[in-house]
Amino acid sequence: MTQVLFKNRHPDRIATMEEYRAGGGYDALTAVLGKYPRSKVQQLALDAVLLGRGGAGFPAGKKWMTVAETAPFPRYMVCNADEMEPGTFKDRVLIHTDPHQIIEGMVIVGYSVMAERGIIFIRASYENAARILEREIERATTAGFLGDNILGSGFSMKISVHRSAGRYICGENTAQINAIQGKRANPIQPPPYATEKGLWNLPTVTHNVETLACVPHIIRNGPEWFKSLAAIPTAAGTKLYCVSGAVQHPGCFELPMGTRLSDIIENHAGGMQAGCAYKTCLPGGASTRFLPKSLYDIEMDFDTMKKAGHRLGTGSIIVFDEKTCLVGATLNMMAFFARESCGWCTPCREGLPYMRDILARIEAGDGKPEDIPLLRQMSKYVWNSYCALAPGAASPVESLLTYFEDEVQEHIHQHQCPFSSKG
Amino acid sequence: MIPEDFKQQLQQHIAGVEHPREKVMDVIFMLQDRFGYLSDELLEDAASLLKMTPLEVEEIATFYEFIYRRPVGGHVIHVCDGVVCWMSGYTAILDHLRGRLGIDFGETTPDGRFTLLPTCCIGYCDRAPAMMINRKVYGNLTPKRIDEILEKLGWDITGKRDDTGSL
Repeated sequence: MTQVLFKNRHPDRIATMEEYRAGGGYDALTAVLGKYPRSKVQQLALDAVLLGRGGAGFPAGKKWMTVAETAPFPRYMVCNADEMEPGTFKDRVLIHTDPHQIIEGMVIVGYSVMAERGIIFIRASYENAARILEREIERATTAGFLGDNILGSGFSMKISVHRSAGRYICGENTAQINAIQGKRANPIQPPPYATEKGLWNLPTVTHNVETLACVPHIIRNGPEWFKSLAAIPTAAGTKLYCVSGAVQHPGCFELPMGTRLSDIIENHAGGMQAGCAYKTCLPGGASTRFLPKSLYDIEMDFDTMKKAGHRLGTGSIIVFDEKTCLVGATLNMMAFFARESCGWCTPCREGLPYMRDILARIEAGDGKPEDIPLLRQMSKYVWNSYCALAPGAASPVESLLTYFEDEVQEHIHQHQCPFSSKG
Repeated sequence: MIPEDFKQQLQQHIAGVEHPREKVMDVIFMLQDRFGYLSDELLEDAASLLKMTPLEVEEIATFYEFIYRRPVGGHVIHVCDGVVCWMSGYTAILDHLRGRLGIDFGETTPDGRFTLLPTCCIGYCDRAPAMMINRKVYGNLTPKRIDEILEKLGWDITGKRDDTGSL
């Protein structure tokens, strides 16, 4: 299995800058700065079909192209390390594995859009990762890969680490822009898009940690190589899949994009825990839909998932076994989303707690048959909200009712949770 | 009131940037690390340093789970209640902590040493169930491991069991 982002992965330590360089690290930056036209960098990412790994799957090169040549300065490059999607921990593992590929990626993207200030936005529970990044930024600066006039190219860039204090909505691009500016982190509805008017109304390009880490490898080895890494011709690159829940060996695995779900669970996460049978999974964190059993062999890439009516999201697979109550699980997630709603718009602020309360009643054995159509209606209604938080929150509920309605019905008819004896 | 030397330290931290308010989170964390929590007085001091109104700082201070606007204990325990921890023994872990410390969520032990709070998924799902104490993560929790952690932090688990009678 080709390891690209995890090539220098050690069980007990972080790869050093020297190690990263010995494997070709910072060669891409040396090749690009002052030598490649910026459009060439953008074209390479576009040809490589590098899709945003934070969940949305937007083509990275296309995003950079939306920063107009004539756009004002300074421009900003933000690395989104806020990773707060339940079940997701790939960015944490990546930072703890080989952090310089993230820094190199930021400088290359910064160069392609002429952004001289980089900001890494990181969640409070990743304090260790924040310290690692600060230390390695320092080392990269001393080595001349960051700072003024990098490698004599005339391009300068500084990167700082911005610590957040724990709020899911800060992972949303426009909310994060507010947060960095020291404002309450409510989302801002585009247009204008952040690449036109972001931080302090200046062009701001934001990427997920994993997306940025792919960039130097694409520059160095070419788009065709990147595409050849995938398991299927319609996808590109590798993917950091996280697996958690009822499996033997939870963890983060770098596998070809489009690897089958069954392969990931059985051959990489060690299969199901002893005495557990697979029931379903959330394929890309808590804001994706439960997968029906019929899709157990699905190829895990943006396109295939979309065609099947699902989302790859962050590629973080939460595995549920037959003995785990899906109403209870959905209630847990809805409680999370209701708590994390920023409260800015009514459908989300009022709708999510309402859905949570209905689920709580069903789980407690007080559900009524009419609660099911009510939950379905609410799942649609919350799409009227301002940003993607509430539609994401509705995904587990809507899919629970679509694929596991029997389980919900059982709660209602038995006036108790049929799994409650599990303890 | 912030001591003069610490105030200068904060001012220096803010002076490095173009927009002082982008440092609001750092300033709050620095104050909190030093004084335990962000009191009304500290919030107003932070606002004047950052050239913000107290209300603007309050909007931020009340938005995040790792900013404390009320007094907390020396060790703040945040128990992850994410869905993976939930299915991996969260309830048993929480019950054990409640019993050992004799407190519930939002409470502090009478001696002011421990505060118990929830937190959403902290991104350690590969080591569920997990919790954070003073921003350090502890994973693969069992009642036994919790006892070890509490004892390491100087908590007499046997003594407290008698006090509270909850175990």
